[in-house]
Amino acid sequence: MSEAACHALGLAGFGALATAAWATVLYDLVIVLVVLVGVLSIAAGLTWFERRLLSFFQDRLGPNRVGPAGLLQPLADMVKMFFKEDWIPPFADPALFVLAPAIIIVSVLLAFVVVPVTGSFVIADLNIGLLFFLAMSSLGVYSVALAGWSSASKYSVIGGLRAAAQMMSYEVFMGLALTGVVLLSGSFDLNRIVAGQRGLWYVVPQLPGFLVFLLAGFAEMRRIPFDLVEAESELVAGYRTEYSGMKSGMFLVGEYLGMTLISALIVTIYFGGWLGPGLPGFVWFLIKIFIFIAFFILVRATLPRPRYDQLMDLGWKILLPLCLVNLAVTGAIILAVQR
Amino acid sequence: MGVAREAVEVVGELAARFPGLELTVQPTADEIPTLWIAAERAREVIAHLKTEAAMTYPMLYDLTAIDERERSHREGQPASDFTVVYHLLSLEHNRDVRLKVALLGETPTLPTITGVFPAAAWYEREVWDLFGVGFDGLPVRPRLLMPPWWEGHPLRKESTGRGTERGRLTMSSERAAEWQEMLAFRPEDWGLEELAADPEVMFLNVGPQHGGTHGVVHIAVGLRSEEIVSCVVQIGYHHRAAEKMGERQTWHTFIPYTDRVDYLGGVVNNLAYLMSAERLAGLEVPERAQVIRVMLSELYRINSHLLFYGTFAQDIGALSPVFYMFSDRERIHDITTAITGARMHPGWFRLGGVADDLPDGWQELIRDLIDYLTPRLDEYDALVLGSRITRARTKGIGALDTATAIEWGVTGPNLRAGGLEWDFRKKRPYSGYERFEFEVPIADGGDSYDRVWVRSQEIRQSLRIIAQCLEQMPDGPIKSHQPLAAPPIKEPGTMHHIETLIDHFLGVSWGPVIPPGEACLGIEATKGNNGYYLVSDGTESAYRSRIRSPSFPHLQVLPLMAEHLMVPDLITILGSIDFVMADVDR
Repeated sequence: MSEAACHALGLAGFGALATAAWATVLYDLVIVLVVLVGVLSIAAGLTWFERRLLSFFQDRLGPNRVGPAGLLQPLADMVKMFFKEDWIPPFADPALFVLAPAIIIVSVLLAFVVVPVTGSFVIADLNIGLLFFLAMSSLGVYSVALAGWSSASKYSVIGGLRAAAQMMSYEVFMGLALTGVVLLSGSFDLNRIVAGQRGLWYVVPQLPGFLVFLLAGFAEMRRIPFDLVEAESELVAGYRTEYSGMKSGMFLVGEYLGMTLISALIVTIYFGGWLGPGLPGFVWFLIKIFIFIAFFILVRATLPRPRYDQLMDLGWKILLPLCLVNLAVTGAIILAVQR
Repeated sequence: MGVAREAVEVVGELAARFPGLELTVQPTADEIPTLWIAAERAREVIAHLKTEAAMTYPMLYDLTAIDERERSHREGQPASDFTVVYHLLSLEHNRDVRLKVALLGETPTLPTITGVFPAAAWYEREVWDLFGVGFDGLPVRPRLLMPPWWEGHPLRKESTGRGTERGRLTMSSERAAEWQEMLAFRPEDWGLEELAADPEVMFLNVGPQHGGTHGVVHIAVGLRSEEIVSCVVQIGYHHRAAEKMGERQTWHTFIPYTDRVDYLGGVVNNLAYLMSAERLAGLEVPERAQVIRVMLSELYRINSHLLFYGTFAQDIGALSPVFYMFSDRERIHDITTAITGARMHPGWFRLGGVADDLPDGWQELIRDLIDYLTPRLDEYDALVLGSRITRARTKGIGALDTATAIEWGVTGPNLRAGGLEWDFRKKRPYSGYERFEFEVPIADGGDSYDRVWVRSQEIRQSLRIIAQCLEQMPDGPIKSHQPLAAPPIKEPGTMHHIETLIDHFLGVSWGPVIPPGEACLGIEATKGNNGYYLVSDGTESAYRSRIRSPSFPHLQVLPLMAEHLMVPDLITILGSIDFVMADVDR
């Protein structure tokens, strides 16, 4: 509540109201901090979690030396990265080169604003939450494309171009896949979408939509099998070939943040979010998220990478028609039921 | 040593076709028809043999040279300072022919044969690079193996064989910058001015250091968007003068150097070298030693194929297989360590046999390996070849039909992927391979998928051969008792008689003196046909030791396979042709 509102209500009770307003702001700040710290720690922890899990899939041990079970490995990595030379290639565009890794982190973190951890624990319960998420994840393209372009090296440019085309295309399917859920719940508000799944998770009626969203999620996260933008056996490191030190580390953190975000969205939209029996909501939310993160890591350990044109073919020739059919069928059923 | 029936036939035919052609037949230990012809007639004779002769020889198996200026035993051969040797192969008739051209003078030249065999390009550049023998009409003529700033031609006899015999090398930063500049790719050096002027075309340097190239090789690709419109392969970064070392080391002490040529092949290299050396020395290898050699060779073949399989999967983006296969390779290394004492480079075969007998309990190790590996292979096939993404990435990519493959000197699994059932273990059995039952897997498309599939099947066949070695291991000596076997066997009485003692001492310290002659017996190595063309001048070391390696022609044909594909396809092809740079550059 703003001060202007206090004035409008008269001076009486001003003090109490001001206190209440301050309390609201403070409460919001706490939520913001908890989410920020929580999400960043998950992203940092994922560097350890992914390496350990991959190792077990691959008959090895992985990092197990720093701290108990290697849990302090992210800390050691961070120290290492901060002490690396912070180098900007002489041929690069320095301003954009520095800006690019910041964009990815900021855009992904902003998208977390609308994610409901529980029914009441959410930073901003926007009634256009879904659109906000799509808008923010679209901004991520700028980071990758600008990183490739500003590096001014051939491998980076190819990686950046691939990234721009891939992420823009899959943005389309991602949005279209979600429309089915919007039709079912009648809202773009993520909390209302979760609430709508009390009887049945949307993954059941919206299986095609879920599968398309999952595939598009892989493309948005730029992970195997859709990691063509940094395909290390072809493009060295793709768009981030020229990056080193903490700037390279920010892309890495950005990738893990993205993986957490996509998992959180999948859980929220298709798997009932924080709903679940017995345990508190946020515990259910975390459990579900980690199941998906582990799934993404398992996929990374298993699948090879398709060629770039095959990825685009899959998107435009299979996923797009599938989305449209899904949308039409969902709409028709809803209309039929309403009548 | 005699003139073989085949030689008489070839001479008869050439004499009839080219009246007035001077032909000298040279008897060789390997009984390959070896004919001396005049330099100016070489091109037409080779063209005739390739396409028109009654028995055509469509494969240029090897092209090399010999510096003859210090050679003493040249009885019956025409006068020559530098001899260029063409080795042609007919798979259809299972025959060889070797043509020699005598050249006089310090820097002689002769016409190129690239018009007949396009695959001659790299070989002729190599001969110019290492011998200073020029080929008129060769389209591009920069050095192939030595760096552009190199002075002289290292395989000439006046060139020193040790770094310590040259002046001290100082590397100032100016010199480093200058040399680095010389290594840069310039399109105009390769006749690509037109592409370079096209604003739509970008040249991308893949390598010399690149994750997808399996070693130091520089591939400069011209790209129109992501389509490959030109592809120049520059090699030589891994050149270690293995052939020059062969002239410096004794017959015996060269064995460990051969391990490093195809560094994944281990003892298979030893075998290729010893086949020729033992033929020159007239050594008979005892049966037990032969079977031990086969068993170890097949273990190393599996090791090489497993590494290929894993890294191939990694090249197309699958992260895990390489870890599984490296652990499996470690089990095989455990066995080779138990038998030879070393993992990758045992240098364990000897002139006339092997270094030692098998250790107690070797049967258990082999049996465990076969039980373990057989079911694992099915899992790998399901994981790698069974994946639809893999098939989409490899089917029809880099296809090479049999005729083209033969023309470019492709052998081994890469040739069999195209459908030709040709395995030197079957067609020219050596070291007792005829006693084993095994199949030769072939595919029909010749593409990247087939190249991988053929190798995955070959691992199973190798296991079959190893199982037979286990069952049929004969008793008996593991080394020949003949005088030229090295190091000589120490009998109980050897140290008690001055004659035998001196003989043994010289045999160990100097090594055997192998009678003059020439031989080249190619074997089915892990990656294709590997042959050592050895020339002995009756001393304790080789006068010339030419290494014909399979990876060399396989890499040369890369631009042909990658044409009009995309960068990821280039990486797929590189992963699927299974080369190691040490085997290319020697």
